[in-house]
Amino acid sequence: MIRYATQRTPFMRFAAAAIVAIAAFAAPPAAFAAEEKDPWPELHRDVFQSKPMIEDGGVVTLEAPIRAEDAALTPLTIRIPAEHAGQARKLTLMIDKNPSPVVAEITFGPAAGNGERMISTRVRVDMYSNIRAVVETADGKMHMAVKFVKAAGGCSAPALKDPDAILAEIGKMQVKALPAADAAAPMREGQLMIKHPQYSGLQTNQATGYWIPFKYITALDVKRGGEVVFSLTGGISISEDPNIRFTFAPSASGGDDTIEVTATDTDGRIMKGASTPKES
Amino acid sequence: MSADKNSEPPAARSAPAGAEALALRQFGRTFDSFSPDRRTLLSGTAALAALTLLKPLKAGAAGSAYVTEVAPGAFVHQGVHALYAPENEGNISNPGFVIGNDAVAVIDTGGSYIIGSRLREAIRALTDRPVRYVINTHMHPDHIFGNAAFKADNPEFIAHHKMARGLSARADRYMARNKDLLGEAAFKGIEIILPQRGIETATSIDLGGRVLELKPQKTAHTDNDLTVRDVTTSTVYLGDLLFAGHVPTIDGSIRGWIAVLDQLAREPSARVVPGHGPAALEWPSGAEPLRHYLNTLATDIRALIKNGKTISDAMVSAGQSEKDAWQLFDDYNARNASTAFAELEWE
Repeated sequence: MIRYATQRTPFMRFAAAAIVAIAAFAAPPAAFAAEEKDPWPELHRDVFQSKPMIEDGGVVTLEAPIRAEDAALTPLTIRIPAEHAGQARKLTLMIDKNPSPVVAEITFGPAAGNGERMISTRVRVDMYSNIRAVVETADGKMHMAVKFVKAAGGCSAPALKDPDAILAEIGKMQVKALPAADAAAPMREGQLMIKHPQYSGLQTNQATGYWIPFKYITALDVKRGGEVVFSLTGGISISEDPNIRFTFAPSASGGDDTIEVTATDTDGRIMKGASTPKES
Repeated sequence: MSADKNSEPPAARSAPAGAEALALRQFGRTFDSFSPDRRTLLSGTAALAALTLLKPLKAGAAGSAYVTEVAPGAFVHQGVHALYAPENEGNISNPGFVIGNDAVAVIDTGGSYIIGSRLREAIRALTDRPVRYVINTHMHPDHIFGNAAFKADNPEFIAHHKMARGLSARADRYMARNKDLLGEAAFKGIEIILPQRGIETATSIDLGGRVLELKPQKTAHTDNDLTVRDVTTSTVYLGDLLFAGHVPTIDGSIRGWIAVLDQLAREPSARVVPGHGPAALEWPSGAEPLRHYLNTLATDIRALIKNGKTISDAMVSAGQSEKDAWQLFDDYNARNASTAFAELEWE
């Protein structure tokens, strides 16, 4: 456990949620009636200490498909307009009805900049559910955007189309600073991609009857020229081969715009990647 | 093809007189339509020589209206282009079988116990030889859910060596989802039967005077596609490595699929059997529309990636020029685009 010491709290939260989910799956069918219950009040209390939520107040928007074509690969995009970006401290992504509802907690650093902030990733959606993006601003207020997504089968269905190919390359990373549309633009976009199966621990091997052990990325740190863009703690709801696009503030002219990424998974594997320096 | 094929009354399925005629007519038409290039003529000659050694089937065999004899002793049941629904009872793919002098090999069993049972009735109407092998071309429910209908024959269940893993991991989901789609009545009897033998390298099985060559393919439509060649008639059952009419579905690798099709195109065959589409097609021309679709999708997505576009962009725009060429396009294209984008962005 020592290797998780610095991130025990979020790790324990994600792990605990997964264990609860396993218990629920093993329970008799009567327990499934509970699925009809709205999980949000409990999540609101447990994850956000019941702090009041300002919904659709313009601080955060969430883009999600109404119907997910592939429940294991549902794209989500979160935006924070420029006038609020400087105040945004933390973003929590949540899928209410997933076995592990907290998808990720993202803490922004100085290199996240003050222009329009965007972060986009792909998630697993286990059943029809509300998806929430909650932004905590510097004044302690909570701002929320909610979308209902029709999808089924993201977490417990094994999405891996070719497990051998992914496991052979586990940890391989591609990091890019995308070309700037305009040299004077206040923000640029970066992208990180990691080969990883993101095993949820919720799949069984029918031949053996055993659970396939979990193996997923718990933490990600993204820096630009040594300054933090964001740090992410995540769980099993992030799709296999995690893929994140994000905005960052370029350094002052002549500075280092190299994007460096460090990821850690449940096996303690440390994965590192960087964009080509000065890429533009 | 319209959905009313599903609701054919049992009487029509087993009409004996028309059945033989239909089978023969279809065989003749399929055979005549080939371009008589040298390879086809050569393989045809070899096939005819081999065929004279095959024992005849039951005289006046009934039940073959359910299947088309695409080459002597090689049969296919043609399913409809549809999603699983109660009214089609899972009749949405092309299962088939090959009859040798000693035994029968079934190649895919249809999308439900009901369809598997009808296929078995069609076999029983043609021959008393035992069903010794049930071969699955890949793990998808519409090709394997009829397996249980053959349990009484105690066959050896055979598939690509990776099918057991892929199917095991998806079994619960496949069962739950397709029960919802099919409804109780059409879902009845379906069970997951894992292969007893996993094919790792090209393997021959002997049906008596007739050999089938089983070849495990690299990741393409899925990571467990297996092709079955009836050497005697140069007929290849391609499973879902070949779609015609029904939009292709990618559950493996778009690049892998294109590569496998390139490889297969170099292997001369008198005819091939698609997993979805007509009972038989010429080869390799029968794969042209599929290759066009896959290449168009890949080209569109590579352009989007190059221009910094996202997976969401790909899902609404990639492959749209193929829209009118395929049935069920709107049911699968966006998902194909998503799958392909996630793969191609690593190039």
